[in-house]
Amino acid sequence: MSSQETKKYPSVLLQNRHPDRIATLDEYRRSGGYEGLTALLGAGNPKQAQQVLLDANLLGRGGAAFPAGKKMMTIAENAPFPRYVVCNADEMEPGTFKDRVLIFADPHQLIEGIVIAGYAARASHGIIFIRPEYEQAARIMEREIEVARSEGLVGRNILQSGYDMEIVVHRSGGRYICGEATAQINALMGVRPNPKQPPPYPTTKGLWQRPTVVQNVETLCCMPHILRNGAQWFGSLALTENGAGTKVFCVSGRVERPGCYELPMGVPLKEIVEVHAGGIKNGGRFKACLPGGASTAFVPARLYDIPMDYESLKQEGFRLGTAAVMVFDHSDCLVDATVNLLDFFARESCGWCTPCRDGLPYIRDLMKRVEAGRGSTETIEKIETMCRHMWSAYCAFAPGAVSPVQGLMAEFKDEVMAHVEQGGCPFK
Amino acid sequence: MIPEPTLSHLKDRIAAADHPRELVVDVMFALQEHYGYLSDEAVETTGALLGMSPLQVEELATFYTFLYREPVGRYVIHLCDSVICWLDGAESLRDHLCRKLKIEMGRTTPDGLFTLLPVCCIGYCDRSPAMLVNRKVYGPLTPEKVDELLEKLKQESE
Ligand SMILES: Cc1cc2nc3c(=O)[nH]c(=O)nc-3n(C[C@H](O)[C@H](O)[C@H](O)COP(=O)(O)O)c2cc1C
Ligand code: SF4
Ligand code: FES
Repeated sequence: MSSQETKKYPSVLLQNRHPDRIATLDEYRRSGGYEGLTALLGAGNPKQAQQVLLDANLLGRGGAAFPAGKKMMTIAENAPFPRYVVCNADEMEPGTFKDRVLIFADPHQLIEGIVIAGYAARASHGIIFIRPEYEQAARIMEREIEVARSEGLVGRNILQSGYDMEIVVHRSGGRYICGEATAQINALMGVRPNPKQPPPYPTTKGLWQRPTVVQNVETLCCMPHILRNGAQWFGSLALTENGAGTKVFCVSGRVERPGCYELPMGVPLKEIVEVHAGGIKNGGRFKACLPGGASTAFVPARLYDIPMDYESLKQEGFRLGTAAVMVFDHSDCLVDATVNLLDFFARESCGWCTPCRDGLPYIRDLMKRVEAGRGSTETIEKIETMCRHMWSAYCAFAPGAVSPVQGLMAEFKDEVMAHVEQGGCPFK
Repeated sequence: MIPEPTLSHLKDRIAAADHPRELVVDVMFALQEHYGYLSDEAVETTGALLGMSPLQVEELATFYTFLYREPVGRYVIHLCDSVICWLDGAESLRDHLCRKLKIEMGRTTPDGLFTLLPVCCIGYCDRSPAMLVNRKVYGPLTPEKVDELLEKLKQESE
């Protein structure tokens, strides 16, 4: 495929991206920015926004792929006020850095998205929850919120519509579990950020017991475009029937050009790696990738042509997650990589429930034993049993943590067994 | 003691907040900035400012990666050891740093300049292997670049 062919895709979320600076309010406006919000406030109907988001099939980009319109609709008509919109900029899923790129590219796109979500949920408070590693992004947001305020786009009586919404930035102390919506709400309230099992759902009782909509940065960034151009247009951006919109893929690992690429939903995995990310570096061969962060399973080379959208991956038993494509080549030992992933999860377990707190270090140790060539078939059976136990943990963290392990066992059993049979790592 | 301007700024923010407790991480960060780490006194002050018990504050202080309950060096180095940096040689970089600074991971150099800590993916996998120094990101790193940076920081501190 020539580089010209790759140009055919429209750039939406990253259309104002510059290599060295952020887009200004003027630039954002020139590209149609704040038109969606203006029209929405003019029409004065929050339900209309909910419906168009639902029709657009906008699925949450933070990993769970829940329909954004549907989430808004679960807020009861007579639910109490104040209501909150939390913008999830925690982005701690290994391999994921799109939210950072989106903020640096075009902060007003996010601000408009938050105000639109706020209006749809009839919320008066927007809170951007951001990880401490992104301090610079936090400052950009604070500065641009003030710019928006001075233009009547945030704060009291937005665009003379009578709608009020304040947006503030909340800095996290830094911990993976704070990305999970219910843990994030606890973090915001200054209590230990353990997850909290629903019901009640945050849209019923969230922050300070009030209805709260938690949405990922990228999900919010899609909203202005959907409001401006319509649900049908959003659907037509995708290459596949089931997909909708574009997706910002974060490609990393064994590729020539790691980075963020905004591509149509449903673009083949192979095209992402071979064309956009410049192919496997040092003449290597694609072996596998984690398609959506550390909490997803290894996609093997036999599925290199798979369309990258939520539905297509699901049909093959995978998850798109955050669309952080982490690429491994023929020289990488996936058992070793899995040990590294388990190290991460064992460290970041919030410690609230026993299966996860005690189970993950145990699985990690068993996996280490296999990697070192000291494992047996019993070790592997034990790992598989322990992985199944993780599904009874308190939150989605633990099942996510064992996704790569279970994927390894399903797709790369030969490689695992080679460690047992050879009494060592075949890659060393 | 915390300088009066810092304290009164915090008190103003707390008085203006709908729910004072939502500021607990900010308050801990501000006090950590002053003491260099979150000292026992800082934990108690945080509690007193926000109407929380020291234990409630401690529960949070020990939970978060970027709050330090023990003294740290002037430069805190967080070396990413998650999967992409690991693929790109984070382990040999770690060994290099340990050798250079003559400390183990988790320790501070005797001159109080550097603390070396592991950290999970910092969201710069496009610049792997990467690390943070006082929360500023550096990458992609090589042993040579690390040496240069350490030298520069040493000079800056003189
Ligand atoms: C362990 C764990 C970590 C998560 N981390 C993040 C994160 O860093 N950022 C994010 O947006 N969503 C994260 N999520 C998903 C959130 O719980 C939630 O589904 C999401 O923020 C909702 O927004 P969305 O529907 O727009 O994606 C995480 C979920 C789990 C279980
Ligand atoms: S599964 Fe893990 S992260 Fe989730 S509540 Fe249990 S210990 Fe915490
Ligand atoms: S793995 Fe190191 S920055 Fe993401």
